Amino acid sequence: MTDDAWMTDDAWATDGPASARWAYGTGFRDPFVDIDLSAAPATDPEQLAARCLMLGDDALVYSHRLQQWITRLPELEEEMAVANIALDLLGQARLLLTRAGHLLGTDEDRLAFFRSEHEFRNVRLVERADTDFAELVGRLLVFSTWRLELLRRLRNSSDPGLAAIAERGATELAYHREYAAGWVVRLGDGTDLSHQRMQAGLEAFWPYVDELFQPDPVLAELSPELADPAALRSDVDAVLDPVLATATLQRPSVAPAAGVGGRTGRDGIHTEDLGYILAEMQSVARAHPEGVW
Amino acid sequence: MMEPAGGPRGSGSGPETSTAVTGGETPTATAVAGDGESASALLDRARRVAESVTDPELPAVTLAELGILRDVTVQDGHVHVTITPTYLGCPALREISGDLHRQLREAGFADVTVHVQLTPAWTSDAITAEGRRKLAVAGIAPPRPAARGPVPLGLPGRRDPVACPRCGSADTTVLAPFGATLCLALHRCRACGEPFEYVKDI
Ligand SMILES: [Zn+2]
Repeated sequence: MTDDAWMTDDAWATDGPASARWAYGTGFRDPFVDIDLSAAPATDPEQLAARCLMLGDDALVYSHRLQQWITRLPELEEEMAVANIALDLLGQARLLLTRAGHLLGTDEDRLAFFRSEHEFRNVRLVERADTDFAELVGRLLVFSTWRLELLRRLRNSSDPGLAAIAERGATELAYHREYAAGWVVRLGDGTDLSHQRMQAGLEAFWPYVDELFQPDPVLAELSPELADPAALRSDVDAVLDPVLATATLQRPSVAPAAGVGGRTGRDGIHTEDLGYILAEMQSVARAHPEGVW
Repeated sequence: MMEPAGGPRGSGSGPETSTAVTGGETPTATAVAGDGESASALLDRARRVAESVTDPELPAVTLAELGILRDVTVQDGHVHVTITPTYLGCPALREISGDLHRQLREAGFADVTVHVQLTPAWTSDAITAEGRRKLAVAGIAPPRPAARGPVPLGLPGRRDPVACPRCGSADTTVLAPFGATLCLALHRCRACGEPFEYVKDI
């Protein structure tokens, strides 16, 4: 044996390839151990899993988009902020995919890396690449405000797994929202140029906002507070409107982006951007399936 | 992603929490069972070890003081430790699990399982008074009480100021709302001019 404690540490050394994770390395296996999932709701497991995938895919794809900003942001403080937000969302995605994996008999890695485009259930809002920092903070404001309202309503979900994720995730999102709102006001109420670019940033993604408020009977079953999408929308607007007003920005009046026969992101119908995201995100895992490090 | 590599342990596959890591040859181990130590003494000892493990990102405080150590039990010499993540994406969870395994093993507990508990969710309010004191001594401002209920968008000046951990002045400003780790923000004191870290109230 050697004197280097870390070299001989069983905690690291005895954990063989059989239990090693090949995709993410942070090593928590099943964070749901203490939650009694046997008391899962009457909701059909496949339908419940689909909702976990929807919320998980929103966070996963958006996290990826935010990560693409790293090293390209205007200031070091913004690098840290966007990286932290992306990491928070990745944490939410992992747990939501893990929960979906319970119900589908698979795991987070397989769901993240081996589903194809049409199997992703994220809203199309998260797919676009931002054209500039103004669009980043504008979209982050809308996304975090909407997701915060959604998760707040799921804290009392009839699925205990989903409820646990929603409770913790909501507080994280409130912090993201605060950050985004600060920048939207600063840019909107800034110089003529910053105002103009902030307004243009909102216009760019706004066609995808409507899709956030589609009715979903299964979500309504999981939380009665989600039975009325109009109420959700008005709560989101109650946050957005004062921010836009303070920022001297106009709420864009643009037509919602069309789906295909009424089908959109939640149905697996995506913009072409998602294909590029998945190609980048999944390529290593697909090239080395079951690889470990 | 903002985490330091954590030394030589930062690479390689770590232990799975919720997976018993069995220590086959443990030369430093003292006999755990069968040497007359009562069950309650054993539990006390295991608990003391787990409670004394420090947080890898806030080494000034222990897991117990940070409020993320939820439970320690011993069954037939097998220690079960339950922790809760500060943030869902907390990348330090693996290091925490590794530290728990190692320090418990050094204390003679060969069989350890670390469980992750999600609910009730961690809040910065769970940091103990002693934890707050130690953070301040380390130059890190402890969190203000977290806002509860529907969270209104912040208006500047609405909340109590964060006091400078060095000189105590309340004349401080936020440099960056997101700091070097998920749980920290960066502030600056206008009185003494020093920047300092602040544990985000959440
Ligand atoms: Zn000071």
